[in-house]
Amino acid sequence: MCLAIPVQITSIEGSEAEVEFGGIAQKISVFLTPEAEVGDYVLLHTGYAIAVVDEEEAQETLRIFEEMERLAEA
Amino acid sequence: MKFIDEFRDADMAKAVLCQIHRQSKRHVRLMEFCGGHTVTIMKHGIRQLLPETIEMLSGPGCPVCVTANADLDKAIALARQPDVIITTFGDMLRVPGSRSSLQKTRADGADIRVVYSTIDALQIARENPAKAVIFIGIGFETTAPTIAASIMKAEEDGINNYYVLSLHKLCPPVIKALLDSGEVKLDGLICPGHVSTIIGSRPWEFAASDYGIACVVTGFEPLDVLQSVDMLVNQLEQGKPRVEIAYRRGVTTEGNLRAQELMNIVFEPSPASWRGMGSVPQSGLRLRKEYERFDAEQAFDIDPGPTLEHKGCICGDILRGVKTPPDCKLFRTSCTPEHPVGPCMVSSEGSCASYYHYGTV
Ligand code: SF4
Repeated sequence: MCLAIPVQITSIEGSEAEVEFGGIAQKISVFLTPEAEVGDYVLLHTGYAIAVVDEEEAQETLRIFEEMERLAEA
Repeated sequence: MKFIDEFRDADMAKAVLCQIHRQSKRHVRLMEFCGGHTVTIMKHGIRQLLPETIEMLSGPGCPVCVTANADLDKAIALARQPDVIITTFGDMLRVPGSRSSLQKTRADGADIRVVYSTIDALQIARENPAKAVIFIGIGFETTAPTIAASIMKAEEDGINNYYVLSLHKLCPPVIKALLDSGEVKLDGLICPGHVSTIIGSRPWEFAASDYGIACVVTGFEPLDVLQSVDMLVNQLEQGKPRVEIAYRRGVTTEGNLRAQELMNIVFEPSPASWRGMGSVPQSGLRLRKEYERFDAEQAFDIDPGPTLEHKGCICGDILRGVKTPPDCKLFRTSCTPEHPVGPCMVSSEGSCASYYHYGTV
């Protein structure tokens, strides 16, 4: 029910944006995330973007996992 | 898909598991609040991969499951009103109320339409000016801002045939009620990811500071869940429970301030009844006075009749974390996803459905 999936914004007009999702263009609302820009990934929940995905933090989290992998192999 | 596949990497998962096994010494009890987390845990067999020192419990974090029969009955009674179109998220359709379900009521002739978003519900209201269009507003803090947005939009566009039955629920107050009851002893909590996208991680501080519970907010991919377990074990082994965020790509300390503001403009906290827990203070959202003309309960004079509970169903105990689905005599026998007796078997995120689909028992 609280499912939200990352989708990329391809265009924005007012509080409406178009995203690509599974190869299909879909209209969503960016009313709750006015800071969202074209090219951003947003978390999409029931037709609304609820957050802009922080790409740097995502990379940082993945780096933590890579570090664990190195430790596990050592 | 970006930001999904990377967080399902099997080698990385092995490495995180390896670290958990290395770290975990003392026995700990962790609860995943969210039904979404239960699905990830069951689907990937995470419980079986964790060391024996870690016990996992499922919590009440499924909005469909916690909706009380009395509230379902209200939705059904609204659907029976003349010249009404009910719009609802699909999960609600098959949930049995005291005597019927929305699905059965639809079969009896009521106009009930499944929508993916309140945007669609508003569109239906625009296209049917002679009908009252009622949205069944269920969901936690993740969903409530989208309902608030729809009400503000209806006001802005002068749509005066749109109503909401506000059954929204707030997560931190119910966690507090759960901890206060003393029924389940917890060491750590996997806090809901997308609820926290909206409210931030700060509202969980009370659990760490007042109850000594380790808290980690996380997302819904297997690596997210494993990382949260690793962080919880780490906190507990150090004896320093606090609030941490594993899901940093989607959650901040502050949350989505605009969404919080909208929610606050339209709604105010109110008592709400939770299945299995009864009325919990300040755990629901009702429309503020300025927006009460959108309130379906006030606009329609309905009589939902007396509330009946489902015989033999122990959903309430399961939602409180004191029982598991296999404890229910009806599980897999008279209660299946095809013929659900209680909501925990209907909702894809319900514990009973998760155990049914992915459980080994
Ligand atoms: S198995 Fe069915 S009857 Fe039993 S608790 Fe779950 S939903 Fe209720």
